[in-house]
Amino acid sequence: MVELTHDSRPIIGRGPPLGATFITLAVVSIALMVADQRYDQLGTVRAWLSAAAYPVQVAVDLPFRAWDWISGSLADRSHLRRDNLELTARLRLANLQLQRFAVLEDENRRLRDMRAKTSGVAERVLVASIMNVDLDPFRHRVLLDKGAVDGVFKGQAVLDGDGIVGQVWKVNAATAEAILISDAEHAIPVQSNRSGVRTIAVGTGDSSRLSLPFVTVESDIKIGDLLLSTGMGGVFPPGYPVAQVNRVRRAASATFALVEAKPTAKLDRDRDVLLVWFKAPVPAPQAAATTSSVKPPAARPATSQSATAAASASGTPATPAPAGASPAAPSPAAAAPAAAAPADPGRQSATPGADR
Amino acid sequence: MFMRRLLYWATVAGGLVLAVVPLPEWLAPVRPDLALLAVIYWILTSPRIAGLGYAWLAGLFLDVLQGMVLGQHALGFLIVAFLTHRLQLRMRMFPILHQAGAVMLLLALYQFVMFWIDGLTGHGYTGWLRWLPVLSGALLWPVIVAAGDSLTRRAG
Repeated sequence: MVELTHDSRPIIGRGPPLGATFITLAVVSIALMVADQRYDQLGTVRAWLSAAAYPVQVAVDLPFRAWDWISGSLADRSHLRRDNLELTARLRLANLQLQRFAVLEDENRRLRDMRAKTSGVAERVLVASIMNVDLDPFRHRVLLDKGAVDGVFKGQAVLDGDGIVGQVWKVNAATAEAILISDAEHAIPVQSNRSGVRTIAVGTGDSSRLSLPFVTVESDIKIGDLLLSTGMGGVFPPGYPVAQVNRVRRAASATFALVEAKPTAKLDRDRDVLLVWFKAPVPAPQAAATTSSVKPPAARPATSQSATAAASASGTPATPAPAGASPAAPSPAAAAPAAAAPADPGRQSATPGADR
Repeated sequence: MFMRRLLYWATVAGGLVLAVVPLPEWLAPVRPDLALLAVIYWILTSPRIAGLGYAWLAGLFLDVLQGMVLGQHALGFLIVAFLTHRLQLRMRMFPILHQAGAVMLLLALYQFVMFWIDGLTGHGYTGWLRWLPVLSGALLWPVIVAAGDSLTRRAG
């Protein structure tokens, strides 16, 4: 039985009535949700609030990290020796393969240069640890211990040693939230290594399974095909392994085949991941993708469109005469410097509204 | 009075921390909403101290911790707190099992609001596992009451 306290008796006429408080707070929460979800207007509020949440997250993470550290430093000698031997052997093997890869990479770069394309090779890599904080059992999101202070940006690719893990979804001051490729809301453009068939791999909410819903019955996809990232959309660097096809079912009557693939990255077992800065394969709209960091670059046509819109809008007050010409000509040369100029997010998001 | 406020916030903070502590994968969906249970309990014992603003702030902090749409859990906590306030005099009279049943209804309503907002924001998860915290929370209610009562007695 719940015990009463001296305070429990309702006293009439003290404080605002219950219903009024309820309605006020309910309206405030709905307004918050709309502002956050629809208009993405709560950047600073969220940043302050997550700064308040940071100590809690660190406190939750700390015991696990301490346990790791203790068990690591108390590991006995024979164990360490065995690990050491194994790692040395693996390093030797890796070096051997690397020698071959160096030659192949050179050749690849020459071939790509001939096709006048920059190669999408990772330029800078930052190691981030996954914090031991459970966000939601039904969403595949993880909290990384690197944030805006380390230069992490929204839409940044997250990799591990075996393939693509996901992308950064929200950036806080000292932490960042990443969405895994297995999240039911995530999709990544891929290409079969063997046949070159391009398609999209969609997360299923199961960390050992991706679904490929847009593979037609007659396309050339087999069990065992390695799916690589294509670099389309500009989020992920091209040519990194994403998943391996492990189930193909073709029904004669259906348009699309049922194809499933297993992610190559260890999505459910990773402790450390790599945040990657790379040169996007398409040079022109890349300035918009890296400088703004407001829109996820997944929507490529929309980004370039808003870039030209920004070009026309920012052009009007300064030079009224040539502004009439710039929106008509969607040349990437005109779009790129203009997109670099309005780096502040408020302006970027304001221009499409003014456009309509 | 100040000590009591501190106690109420401390227990909710504990519940919030336990809401994000990593659990093994098979156990994670069962995790009860401890912060919400704490809020319900304190509203039942001392509604003049644990008001709607208290519940709302606790929910907002849960949103921030879990990286949800701001206001989602805040609204859920608020609705549950409002109903608890309205039913407070009756719910306190219930025998413990009856009370656990009432709490289960409140938790189910909360989970439904979460489900609904998830659907609106496009994160819908429709599996039945979502409803497990309702059951685990109701089963845990007698424990919460026992722990809360002993805390209250010690705090005086």
